[in-house]
Amino acid sequence: MSIQTKNETWLILGASSSLARAFAAEVAGQGHDVILAGRDQDDMAATATDLTARFDIKATPTAFDAMRMEQHPTFAAAIDAMAAGTLNIFLVFAQMPEQDDIDADPTLVVPTVTATYSGAVSVLHCLAPLLEQRQAGHVVIVGSVAGDRGRIKNYVYGSAKAGLHAYAQGLRARLFKSGIGVTTVKPGFLDTAMTWDAEGMFLVSSPQAAAADINKAVTKGKDVIYTPRFWWVIMTIIKHIPEAIMKKLAF
Amino acid sequence: MSWKSLELTGWGRNSHQTALTARPERQKDLQRAIGDSLAQSGLVAHGGLRAYGDQALPRGDDQHALLTTRMNRILAFDSATGIVTVEAGMCFRDMIRAFVPKGWLIPVSPGTAFATMGGAIANDIHGKNHDTQGSFCNHVLGFELITPDGNTQQVTPDHNLFRATIGGCGLTGVITTVTVQLKKISGNCVQVTETKIKDLESYLIAFDEAIAQNVDYTVGWIDGLAKGKRMGRGIFETATLSDETIELKPAKEKSVPIDFPALALNPLSVRSFNLLYRNRFLRKSRTTLTPFEAFNYPLDAISDWNRIYGKRGFHQFQCVIPRSEGERALPLLLDTIARSGAGSFLSVLKTMGGDGRGLLSFPMKGYTLALDFPHKAGVEALFRSLHKITADHGGRIYLAKDSMLTRDEFDAMYPNADEMRQVLASLPHSEKLTSQMAARLALTGDAA
Repeated sequence: MSIQTKNETWLILGASSSLARAFAAEVAGQGHDVILAGRDQDDMAATATDLTARFDIKATPTAFDAMRMEQHPTFAAAIDAMAAGTLNIFLVFAQMPEQDDIDADPTLVVPTVTATYSGAVSVLHCLAPLLEQRQAGHVVIVGSVAGDRGRIKNYVYGSAKAGLHAYAQGLRARLFKSGIGVTTVKPGFLDTAMTWDAEGMFLVSSPQAAAADINKAVTKGKDVIYTPRFWWVIMTIIKHIPEAIMKKLAF
Repeated sequence: MSWKSLELTGWGRNSHQTALTARPERQKDLQRAIGDSLAQSGLVAHGGLRAYGDQALPRGDDQHALLTTRMNRILAFDSATGIVTVEAGMCFRDMIRAFVPKGWLIPVSPGTAFATMGGAIANDIHGKNHDTQGSFCNHVLGFELITPDGNTQQVTPDHNLFRATIGGCGLTGVITTVTVQLKKISGNCVQVTETKIKDLESYLIAFDEAIAQNVDYTVGWIDGLAKGKRMGRGIFETATLSDETIELKPAKEKSVPIDFPALALNPLSVRSFNLLYRNRFLRKSRTTLTPFEAFNYPLDAISDWNRIYGKRGFHQFQCVIPRSEGERALPLLLDTIARSGAGSFLSVLKTMGGDGRGLLSFPMKGYTLALDFPHKAGVEALFRSLHKITADHGGRIYLAKDSMLTRDEFDAMYPNADEMRQVLASLPHSEKLTSQMAARLALTGDAA
């Protein structure tokens, strides 16, 4: 499957994050156009100008709010009109409050789960038919190692990501029939604004390294990747810890 | 906005300070971070953390530090005129990689590509082409500054904060965007000629000839341990902008993974390095085509090279000596350095063409000499003697490198020091933007 041909459009959902910016620069560097979707319009516009100036591609900012699910069908229709040719999707948005903060204020559960899970599923479900019509494209869904095993430190966010992983599996089977690949990405610790003040981080990698990794996985048509790759080993071990022991662990 | 406590250090790793730090990635977060910290105990803005001393170190652990390296986007670019506006955290490597392929060059660049545009203004940095291009701020058309009262100002050369901000060590405000005029080029490399030089006198003649010929770039490496008749020997490099486009090989990243033990750097190892370096080519001279990055930033090829000085860190001495005093001051400096036996591999001699545009701009018409010294007993006394020779001959020390000037030494070297103090004193809430260097030189705060 050759998906990295010229003149494709990548729709970046949640384009303000550093991983999104790094991935957009990766694909723009290969000559692809990008649509930058997110809430902070000034920020989208600045990134669009930056990518256009660096790579001489078309970069279009557009308003998108994962939480406003009633608007997702209109959003998908607008994207359909904007992007001619092959449309690829990179979905990266999420909300990750500290577990302690959620425990202290359970009303944070809904926004966390909505931004991380329902909003993502909603918009992907609106966009999937576009890709099927075009019989081409690729979808990257950024999940998390936190979704591989429920842990005391971030199980609300982790359970939303686990749900997203399961959705990605189903979507992969559905889009496979149309020749469209779905790559689930499970990043380990990334050095981003979201994790800047997070404690207990180790083996942290840069958004640029992760973006390059993901782009390679897309080219190879991989289904699931960990970035950096050694997180597969770590998570395989963590997934196999018996629940009787896991419940006693404090991480 | 999230803050975390982080230990900060200058590139020389000679002093450390823990502070609450933020690293915003968007304009909104940057503005919020500045607002929050101005409302509290104040802040210091950091670019690439390439200033060697305490210039960007906060005064206490309740002060805030702002890392700007993720604010690195191109905000506007006119491909007809070469005028570009970027976020101030954009570094030189990015500028080269984004614009050289389009035929535009950032005309002045320091010796590291990891310095940022904001830092380049705050230090009015210079490169190996000061004679022909001046310093960085000669090419700056304007910038956006958030002053300590929290207001955003568009600063152009006629603005009253222009001269104080250029070379102003970040004390007038946080520089958030920079507009600069790029230079049109037709190739992606320079033609470099390296020539062996036998002593200081020959060096000064070689510089004179190169300046007379209007050569684009000139730089000299000096064996800082050579004494007597050999004093000043080294390799002289000149370079001209080439029209050719050569293939760029992706650089292999080498790094220094650990702090070297103190013993690793001793007169014998430095002497051996210098011997090898001086003889890296056998003929009297050679000419090669070299990409901009390799020519401008040879040390960046080894990341964290500052670790060769070990945990104790090091100091860089960089002075400029007026041209008329070069013949007298340079031998005194080199002799003092050679006799101390403390000199390092990286001794660099360059020429400068004239004054900068800032109150505290470093350049003046003359010679600039730079050397590294490991931090150890006796280094402070050595710097005092070097400072004295510099001041006695009408020269000055580069604040981007400095960690040791006293207020009196500084005042003797910088004729506009008091004007700078007055500007800062008249700036509302300027006490919120301070640093260890500002306190040491009594530029702001209670000591001023």
